[in-house]
Amino acid sequence: MDVSKRQVGDVTILDLKGKITIGSGDVQLRNAVQEVMNSGATKVLINMAGVSTIDSSGIGELVSAYTTATNRGARLKLVNLPAKVTDILTITQLITVFDVYDSEDAGIKSFG
Amino acid sequence: MPGDYRFHLAVGSRFENIELVQVVLRDCLQRIGMDEDAQHWVDVAVREALANAIKHGNLQDPAKQVHVDLAVEGSDLVIRVEDEGVGFDPSLLGDPLAPENLLRPNGRGIFYMRSFMDDITYGSGPGGGTMVTLRKRLTGPQTDPGDTSD
Repeated sequence: MDVSKRQVGDVTILDLKGKITIGSGDVQLRNAVQEVMNSGATKVLINMAGVSTIDSSGIGELVSAYTTATNRGARLKLVNLPAKVTDILTITQLITVFDVYDSEDAGIKSFG
Repeated sequence: MPGDYRFHLAVGSRFENIELVQVVLRDCLQRIGMDEDAQHWVDVAVREALANAIKHGNLQDPAKQVHVDLAVEGSDLVIRVEDEGVGFDPSLLGDPLAPENLLRPNGRGIFYMRSFMDDITYGSGPGGGTMVTLRKRLTGPQTDPGDTSD
């Protein structure tokens, strides 16, 4: 999986591309979130548009990212979920946990 | 022929080998005639079974193998994934939908397998390790492999 970081105002956006699966993408996601948290980011938007496959390890990393951000007083939100990622979050009821937006603009504005 | 829809693979306990199995699995599912959506969910379910076998069954010991068998049995696609570990009791797992477990980072793999397949069962393989059997009912042309030109 490829992770790239960019900044729009005070919102840090992580663009994910590829598979978030055990042993590869899950570790990259963890490291990327840890890095932005350590840099002091408080508004983080994860752009999932390029995610082709996610497994339970990838979902676990998203959950860990969410709880890490929340525990540090930061906010982490998701944007541009592919349909299959929405499905996999829905069946484990995690879709109700995350703040999810259909567009980057809406996600950025939601931070206020 | 039905034999076209059968394979056996034995791979070392490395996560990167999941991708190798997926290549063979995808090719087989396409030849069966499974639609793209169904292929994706079977793919995810088998990923979970392989990840469990490598991580929890074989404890990522590369000397231990994970065995994968796929066959069409009647109107079912049947995939068996067996590790060389010491066995496993799935009844000990918590409910990932329980409020106290919702934000746990793990414990969803078997739930996903159950969600995406029509049936999964756990048992012991011939070597004493854990064997999970995943079944998916086939619909459409793949239910009669003999009618499918290859």
